Amino acid sequence: MSIATRAERSFLRMALGHPAFVIGCALSSFFIALALISFVWTPFDPTKLSIPTKLQTPSLSHWFGTDHFGRDMFSMIMVGARVSIAVAFVAVGIGMLLGVPLGLYAAARRGSFIDELIMRGNDLVFAFPSLLLAIMITAVFGPGAINAIIAIGIFNIPVFARLSRGAALSLWTRDFILAARVAGKGAVRISAEHILPNIANLLIVQGTIQFSLAILAEAALAYVGLGAQPPLPSWGRMLADAQTLISLAPQMALFPGFAIIITVLGLNLMGDGLRDLFDPKLRRER
Amino acid sequence: MTAYLLRRFLSLSLSLVAASLVIFLVMEVVPGDPASFMLGINADPGALAALRLQMGLDEPLPLRYITWVAGLLQGDFGVSYTYRVPVSELISERVMISLPLTLYALALSTLIAFPAGIIAAARRNSAADLSVMGATQLGVAIPNFWFAMILVLIFAINLRWFSAGGFPGWDAGFGPALKALTLPAIALALPQASILARVMRSSLIDTLDEDFMRTARAKGLSRSQALWRHALRNALIPVLTIIGLQFSFLLAGGIIIENVFYLPGLGRLVFQAITQRDLIVVRSVVILLVFAVIVVTFLVDLAYAAADPRLRRQRR
Amino acid sequence: MSALSISNLKLDIHGHTVLHDIDLTLDPGKILGVVGESGSGKSMTALSVMQLLPRGSNWSGEIRVGGVSLSGLDEKALCQMRGRDVGMIFQEPMTALNPVHTIGDQVAETVRVHTGVSRREALAVARDMLNRVGLPEDRFPLDRYPHDLSGGQRQRVVIAQAIALRPKLLIADEPTTALDVTTQAQILDLLTGLVREEDMGLMLITHDLAVVAGLADTIAIMKQGEVVEAGPTREIFREMRHPYTRALFSASAHVPDRGRKPEPSAVPVLSVDNVVRDYQQPRRNLFVKRPPFRAVDRVGFEIHHGENVGLVGESGCGKSTLARAILALDALQGGEIRLNGHVVSSAGEGPHPELRARMQVVFQDPYGSFNPRHRVRRLVTEPFHLIKSPPTGKELDRRIDRALTEVGLSFSDADKYIHEFSGGQRQRIAIARALIIEPALIVLDEAVSALDVSIRAQILDLLAELSDRLDLSYLFISHDLSVVRAITDRVLVMKDGRIVEEGETENLFRNPQHPYTQALVAATPSLQAALAAPAE
Repeated sequence: MSIATRAERSFLRMALGHPAFVIGCALSSFFIALALISFVWTPFDPTKLSIPTKLQTPSLSHWFGTDHFGRDMFSMIMVGARVSIAVAFVAVGIGMLLGVPLGLYAAARRGSFIDELIMRGNDLVFAFPSLLLAIMITAVFGPGAINAIIAIGIFNIPVFARLSRGAALSLWTRDFILAARVAGKGAVRISAEHILPNIANLLIVQGTIQFSLAILAEAALAYVGLGAQPPLPSWGRMLADAQTLISLAPQMALFPGFAIIITVLGLNLMGDGLRDLFDPKLRRER
Repeated sequence: MTAYLLRRFLSLSLSLVAASLVIFLVMEVVPGDPASFMLGINADPGALAALRLQMGLDEPLPLRYITWVAGLLQGDFGVSYTYRVPVSELISERVMISLPLTLYALALSTLIAFPAGIIAAARRNSAADLSVMGATQLGVAIPNFWFAMILVLIFAINLRWFSAGGFPGWDAGFGPALKALTLPAIALALPQASILARVMRSSLIDTLDEDFMRTARAKGLSRSQALWRHALRNALIPVLTIIGLQFSFLLAGGIIIENVFYLPGLGRLVFQAITQRDLIVVRSVVILLVFAVIVVTFLVDLAYAAADPRLRRQRR
Repeated sequence: MSALSISNLKLDIHGHTVLHDIDLTLDPGKILGVVGESGSGKSMTALSVMQLLPRGSNWSGEIRVGGVSLSGLDEKALCQMRGRDVGMIFQEPMTALNPVHTIGDQVAETVRVHTGVSRREALAVARDMLNRVGLPEDRFPLDRYPHDLSGGQRQRVVIAQAIALRPKLLIADEPTTALDVTTQAQILDLLTGLVREEDMGLMLITHDLAVVAGLADTIAIMKQGEVVEAGPTREIFREMRHPYTRALFSASAHVPDRGRKPEPSAVPVLSVDNVVRDYQQPRRNLFVKRPPFRAVDRVGFEIHHGENVGLVGESGCGKSTLARAILALDALQGGEIRLNGHVVSSAGEGPHPELRARMQVVFQDPYGSFNPRHRVRRLVTEPFHLIKSPPTGKELDRRIDRALTEVGLSFSDADKYIHEFSGGQRQRIAIARALIIEPALIVLDEAVSALDVSIRAQILDLLAELSDRLDLSYLFISHDLSVVRAITDRVLVMKDGRIVEEGETENLFRNPQHPYTQALVAATPSLQAALAAPAE
């Protein structure tokens, strides 16, 4: 048996022995599964209005009840998961794909004008919380899921740029990087070969956390009407619909809320678990 | 010290200029002709020409930018197209709700987070620590606007301790006004308090592991004396950054929470303006909020210098 | 009554035994040297006396401080004991002080915690103490912050804190390891003076036999949680009853066998000519740009085939900057560096990759020198990047095999990850990485400084043997004069960016000319000198 598989196996064994990580994985994969199943099957058509069956409480046929138009809440939550996860995934992807190279480049050229420019640019983006970006974009282009993706994605760029620059900077002072430079390797090659693999764990952990934040942000944007538009169901807009009816039909507010909380909680537990598992110092203490 | 302040101030001014440029580009240049954008396709040519004149759209771009910024510096945000009143009037009324709400929430968040974080760090792995960590894990996952709705359901609709929304105005007295802001502030504060408590805890735990803590114990300080005298101030330095960031999250979050409670703040104003395509109001609110965030970042830098003598080193 | 007596001390942490059957005694006004390599349990012994053990620790036996047994004391009584009856000094002065409090407050705190006097009175005591440890009022007012001070000055503040209440027992855990030799000599002088004048007992913990040899009245040698030998210093060294004492002693004084002396060649392997390295300093303020800092100032020297040249100097003298310049990692601001007569880099011009292959480097930190995610095979072959057509397949395996065998490892190690090796083995792998492209020159930047003495002796032997057999030249950079003396033919002494003295190693050490070299040589603790000195 080679060393790598032994290391991988012991990692897997440790992961299974980390309850928070296991619970987190289970919760988040449950919602990812719901989203995937929704492409082929939902109990009811989530866009079909049926006024006679409106505002029903949970029952065997409508597991989570129905909304004020008689739509099946469970089906809506399934399709809503699809929207939330897709928006968050693409937005975090944008943040990583643009932010990480920027951060690595700034670290490789630390102290230079370009580094300063990238960092000041980051500060500038940080001054525009994703909601403000979404407001600006929507005011000019009109509402839609794409705007939510762009707004959340742009806000994620400096998050990853800063993280990777900081981590890369401390690696650049290490002797093994000097050794690579003595071997004649350039900044790009060193960043790809030595820096990136050593900050990958950190990026995965942060990616999980940003993913959960993006789901919260998407829900907030949809809630104020700056996200996915009807007839596509989304968790945030389901809550907006529920608001006026909250005393009449609290289940309309409760279930989408629980969906958001459980997904975000799952992702956060998974992120915390990964951080513990990746950190050799903590690993020894366990 | 002065050099540090001067450098921070310069960077503050640069950020303000850059932010105003970004907003100008997105709101004035990207739409092509903002006037016809605002009035729609079937606009009356006369009205269009009047609006173009009012917005100074015939001027060259750099001049338009300078005129706009010069106006901002004098507190002149332009005239709202839909309300037909100066935007500064609209805004100053609404800031009196949004700003107190943000500060109220920030105060609550800090008041909850500090003790929770300190107890959790000081009694690491105890039952108190585990419950703080569990509660904050949940708190971080709760969307604030959903939490707001649940608060309304419990405390306004069922228990009737608070009204479900609306604002009596500061003229009605400080008490009633504050009461109207209490549920919104709690809804805003709890998720942020969870984040802050976690940051406080981990920062304090890191500080407790520092060499100088061992020195303090070797001098004869008890565990808690060492924590209060030596760990806390050092642990506070990273926490300050998060408090600064939270201000912008609370300000933005406030816009959403105002919607839940029907508070006539900046949030309501900006969403109405979006549906009415009143770009003048939208850009004014956006630049105001962005400026607030940048200024708070500057204040956090000042607080840094107060907390950390290493930043004041150019003193001599 | 002894200042400290430890008998039958056992300690385990999380069920793992760290100390067993420790017996030590220390009388007032005396110095007890505790010597051992890493993992010997010497620091844990000190923390047991302070009762500042890590979580999960469990101890038994008896520890008496000034006659009082610690096992009877509760946490409150222990707090009263720490700082009042026992003071402690730590290894790392840079992090031992709280960065956000003034030095005056930190020294005064010891007084205030124990006596309840007013802040003003406590600050007056602090003032006295800072004066006492050599930080006079005019240059070191009480409102200074730690970041205003150098490492040696900070260590003085830590000492002032520890002795503020004139405790009967002072524990110093590697107090000078992080400091330069001249600063080390001053701090050791200060500590000895305090012991004699204040009648304190000093427990001085160190890895360096030479440090305690000249100071300590009694010595305890520790190994793997046990005291293997203890007694009066001169007796221990004279008789060396225990084999480990003998091994430690011979490793500390080890001089590797060097074969023939190198012949000066027509074209030197390395020639450094008038090299200048400037650093841009951060602006003083917005409008005033500071002049660049000259880290290396018109330095010139040559290294010939098979010659080992030492470069010594204290931290900040520019020796590492010079090393980086020679390795063509930074551009020069003036002068020229030639390898075998070819210009590697000159002012304003970058490095030449082909020539770069003729020199390699070994760094200090055996843990930071390797990418933890790569296998040894990939780590040692990294320099092949410099060659246009690097070896592949069988040839590559042969080269890896040879490099690893040269340094005493085997080809089967090529498929392991770096965390599977000890510090000494890692340094061997670093040497293999340097050897694999058959360079003419290897720069050894503090390459043995992080190693325990016994491992250090082995690596020095390996280096000497490789130099002889492969006709390798070394530039051996170190702050440790005794190591440089053991392995080099010629030495350069560097101070403030300049070479102040240069000469044959033995000559230079026996008969230093420049005042700075004289100070360095005088400050370096020497095992032989300490033992040769007549008994007091």
